[in-house]
Amino acid sequence: MSAPTLARADHPAALALAGRHRARWSEAIPWVLALAYYFAFPRHLGFGYDLLITILFALSLDLALGYAGIVTLGHAAFFGTGAFTVGMLAKHGIWTEPITGLVLAAAAAAIIGLASGWVLLRTTGLTLLMLTLCTMGLLEELANMGADYTGGYDGLDNLPIPPLFGLFEFNPLYPKTQYLYVLGVLFVCFVFVRTLVYSPFGQSLTGIRENTLRMHAVGAPVRLRLVTCYAISAALAGIAGGLWAQANAYVNLSALGLDRAATVLIVLVLGGYGRLYGAIVGAVAYMVLSHFLAQLYPTAWQLGLGLLLVAIALFARNGILGLWDQLLKRSSAKRAPP
Amino acid sequence: MSEPLLETRLLCKNFGALAAARDIDFRLDPGARHALIGPNGAGKTTFINLLTGILKPTCGQVLLKGRDITAVAQADRVRLGIARTFQINRLFRGLSVLENVYIAVAERLGAATSMLQPAGQRKDVVDEAMHLLETLKLSDDASQRISELPYGRQRLVELAIALGLKPEMLLLDEPAAGVPSAESHIILDAIAALPKHIGVLIIDHDMDLVFRFAERITVMVSGAIFAEGAPKEIGANPQVRAVYLGQAGHG
Repeated sequence: MSAPTLARADHPAALALAGRHRARWSEAIPWVLALAYYFAFPRHLGFGYDLLITILFALSLDLALGYAGIVTLGHAAFFGTGAFTVGMLAKHGIWTEPITGLVLAAAAAAIIGLASGWVLLRTTGLTLLMLTLCTMGLLEELANMGADYTGGYDGLDNLPIPPLFGLFEFNPLYPKTQYLYVLGVLFVCFVFVRTLVYSPFGQSLTGIRENTLRMHAVGAPVRLRLVTCYAISAALAGIAGGLWAQANAYVNLSALGLDRAATVLIVLVLGGYGRLYGAIVGAVAYMVLSHFLAQLYPTAWQLGLGLLLVAIALFARNGILGLWDQLLKRSSAKRAPP
Repeated sequence: MSEPLLETRLLCKNFGALAAARDIDFRLDPGARHALIGPNGAGKTTFINLLTGILKPTCGQVLLKGRDITAVAQADRVRLGIARTFQINRLFRGLSVLENVYIAVAERLGAATSMLQPAGQRKDVVDEAMHLLETLKLSDDASQRISELPYGRQRLVELAIALGLKPEMLLLDEPAAGVPSAESHIILDAIAALPKHIGVLIIDHDMDLVFRFAERITVMVSGAIFAEGAPKEIGANPQVRAVYLGQAGHG
């Protein structure tokens, strides 16, 4: 009777499921490139860490939107919560150490995510979209009005961030430490998200995305799963915000606004959601394009981005990576005609 | 008489002025093969939704093995042993056949909360899902995406997900609906091969299917139970023939 069991575990589908979480060599590419960037463009490390922070923020959104199917236009609420947590604690001399500061940023964002998610995730679709937007608006106004603590419209600058591990200075003019620090945190977070999405929990999130009603019918506590996922996603966005505040040594209302929330959504849609690397590809494409378009057409650079988005929405619903998959499929179909 | 697996007492549901279910006293025995038939709009789907907990009744009770589950939520009823399939496929279309069944099995075995272990390394879940696919002769399609699968096979996956929950009671809502007649034998064979200990309630318009499998038939009309009995009695009942069987060809 052991033969069929063996056949079961050896079935291609079972093998694919058992092996899908294993790292492929190609997955090292972005990290090698990120390190190469450090040596190749020592004068553009400010742009570099900004890009890495955007990747982390987009990754956090991918977990909620791409994997669990939670449509949100208010994810900057958590980015801002993380940024202001770090900023206020540092400015008022309560807590300045960078790494534990990120832990606090993550915790604060997770609490906001948990509390708002518990109420909001009863709804779906357009209602949910509007409510996430409103939550972010409320937080933004709160930060604006609490000027004594948050600095209000001006924000808080010259945050005293002590050296990392007591050794590496955060130098604003030559941000080597910032770049490597952000890269390290991004890597840890990426490995975490990657582990999560390939776990049974991650599988159940994709189940909710693919068919919520059926998930209820298989006995899944759908709302609890969604709220859990939302809180984790919020914590990651909070870390991104915390990094942003630490690396720039300032925090202001732009961390919380619709502008940031919409940008991260565009980044993810551009790269392709629900596929981990969409966040990386999308952030690189978006940031590099806006950088060069802004140099070429200082007055109308957003027009180019807009046209690109229209093209993506019309012809590549799954973003740049989706387009890439299609090309691969087509070329392999040509090579091996059926 | 043994204790019923599932029982309803004076169950009713009103949608505004419309009484979609009225005073339904119903029992399903362990291991039963029971069919629920009735013309369109008779309230069959409402009744199913009341049993599975999607709808809350206006009055009356639902009991599972003597325990009142009227207030128990849908997901919790699944854990107590009530599973269902849907009239229109409700599958995880972007995922593979194996992943579809994996989700159900993982939920039942309590694996779905595990966050840091790769899904494929839960051998217990994978093995059970593969075993289920084998018994339904679906293992050749295990790697296929649902959206690339023929409709008849999709109906089998619909059944496989429900069976992955190891239910004591299974509600089959028009299991062969939409399946081309050339493929429908796959579904019929699968239903015939269901484990004997599961109490099965089939809702269907297909009289061949109903009279082939059911040992007991309940006829619903206008939200109420109109007649109940063995297939022979129901087939011979002139009133049933008048309201339903006579017009089956138009259904």
